[in-house]
Amino acid sequence: MGTPIFEMRDVEVASDAAEDDATNGAPFIEMRGIERHFGSVIALAGVSLTVNPGECHCLLGDNGAGKSTFIKVMSGVHRPTKGSIFLEGQPVTFQNPRHAMNAGIATVYQDLAMIPLMSVTRNFWMGREPEKRIGPFKVFDFKTADRVALTEMERMGIRLRDPGQAVGTLSGGERQSVAIARAVYFGARILILDEPTSALGVRQTANVLATVKRVREKGVGIVLITHNVRHALAVGDRFTVLNRGRTLGTARRGEVKPDELQDMMAGGQEMVDLEASLGGTV
Amino acid sequence: MSEVQTAGGPPVRPGAGGPPDERIKQTSALHKAFVRPELGAMCGTILVLVFFLMVASDTGMFSAEGVMNWGTVAAQFMIIAVGACLLMIAGEFDLSVGSMIGFSGIVIAVLAVEMQLPMWLCIVLAFALALSLGALNGWLVVRTRLPSFIVTLAFLYILRGLTIFLSITMTRRTIIGGVNNSAEGDWLAPLFGGNILGDLFVWLADLGLIETFTRGRRMGEPVIDGIPMIMVWAVVLVFVGHWVLTRTRYGNWIFAAGGDAQAARYVGVPVDRVKISMFMVTAFCATVFATCQVMEFGSAAADRGVLKEFEAIICVVIGGALLTGGYGSVIGAALGALIFGIVQQGLFFTGVESSLFRVFLGVILLMAVILNTYVRRMITGER
Repeated sequence: MGTPIFEMRDVEVASDAAEDDATNGAPFIEMRGIERHFGSVIALAGVSLTVNPGECHCLLGDNGAGKSTFIKVMSGVHRPTKGSIFLEGQPVTFQNPRHAMNAGIATVYQDLAMIPLMSVTRNFWMGREPEKRIGPFKVFDFKTADRVALTEMERMGIRLRDPGQAVGTLSGGERQSVAIARAVYFGARILILDEPTSALGVRQTANVLATVKRVREKGVGIVLITHNVRHALAVGDRFTVLNRGRTLGTARRGEVKPDELQDMMAGGQEMVDLEASLGGTV
Repeated sequence: MSEVQTAGGPPVRPGAGGPPDERIKQTSALHKAFVRPELGAMCGTILVLVFFLMVASDTGMFSAEGVMNWGTVAAQFMIIAVGACLLMIAGEFDLSVGSMIGFSGIVIAVLAVEMQLPMWLCIVLAFALALSLGALNGWLVVRTRLPSFIVTLAFLYILRGLTIFLSITMTRRTIIGGVNNSAEGDWLAPLFGGNILGDLFVWLADLGLIETFTRGRRMGEPVIDGIPMIMVWAVVLVFVGHWVLTRTRYGNWIFAAGGDAQAARYVGVPVDRVKISMFMVTAFCATVFATCQVMEFGSAAADRGVLKEFEAIICVVIGGALLTGGYGSVIGAALGALIFGIVQQGLFFTGVESSLFRVFLGVILLMAVILNTYVRRMITGER
């Protein structure tokens, strides 16, 4: 376990502080002391985190830190072995992803967000297609569907040539944006983004981060998973670092320097030494 | 495309929302009209039609009677291609289609001739049995997560074996005749074995537009006594299949189930239900085919439908569907079936050695699939 480099704050205190400028009342979701074991492997050994409406909470950690397991607990894919989840102050147990989704928790997975062979409209509305009645039949209301999809994409700053174009013709960043637009349109209150920038180029990364900012302004809480400290600092309000299945600490924007976060993620002093030997290029 | 700007939306950033991306070529309306999944099948249909118009125009292939001949064969292929197409788009295969055709036919014949049940009941029972078997196929695929290729290959053997066993133990034969006697006067049987628009052809013959028999018992009657029901079934199934696939919510689920089942599940599409229902549609189509054939011939044979599953898959692939699912067109599959019918009967009309049918078919399959692949890459942005 690395030595804490920035001043460790109690998670509760950190969340209270953030509430003052975000909202009044309980955080939208609170994960308290979450543990998850897979057989003899302890993937999560006690992780706590709160997310308020309209804030971007970055979850940082190196590979194997437990980020993915943690968000899968949050989005209802796994159930916690120990610990509890509070939704607006009330304890909840998510039975499945659908349950979490209905509660307003949407997850955008890096590679599973979209079906490339299908059109933007078909992807956007997948599972919730709008229908209109023609005589005794109900048909997919493409007119409404296309218009809404175009409008929502425009709001994300993406101009589509044709809502009927296949998602496969979009760039990686644009695909992420379609998925984010979809989640927001269908009433997500917490949006979990699983490494949205890890496969993207510089320009596309900037576009996705700009989208994140836009969504946050609508009052949606965002959990951004990344292992890129610079991306996190670009949009984050609070930063929680995971290491070996535990919360190392939560810091607010302005309280922590990039180097400190980087060191926390990688495990403290050893990384400092390693970095020095590499001449500060990592 | 008109610009969409919504009230209350954030200011549009230059670069992303500004002028259109200069690296995307503007596409013309013509390009849009032609670059579609059915393009390969359309070109193939035109090609074989032109080819046979040139080499077989004097053989009667394009007389009213000739058109009915290859039209009926094409209709048979269309019926099973619709089921195979929807199932393939949903991401699965059914190799038991051919065995299902033989099975349903024998079930109808055994119930009608051996058990002396009324014909409508035999047909209803055969459909119920086939739909349950389709559901079982689908349930096994969804539950075991085995490739449908393997599960339905098992059913190819199981059903064919059961068909022969049933036929032999019940009647000590593999061909059961006398079905037309049982169908006499039945209300449901004409839906599969009858003709429609007979009066229209009498009228056309009176006008001299189509030929009439000049000798024999039916002298004076038109050479075509109506549109056979199998053609009606083909047109109805193609229309309904295309409409459901492209115009309804369920159609979107079919595409989604085949495109990426996991992504579809994450957004709440009932993927398992969609897949099972598509196996049932395939079984339904196979039974329509079998019933029409039994009514037409007045008999059922245990070896009917051999290799039909592959012919259905070939039609679907010529029609532009992707073997791995998530992409395809019912209209394309119907055109694929039309190509199949024209080529098979056309070679018969021209008197070409029938083994060449397979060579010709293989060449068309290859050409259509190559063209389809380019078209698909253009549409979906695959590299």
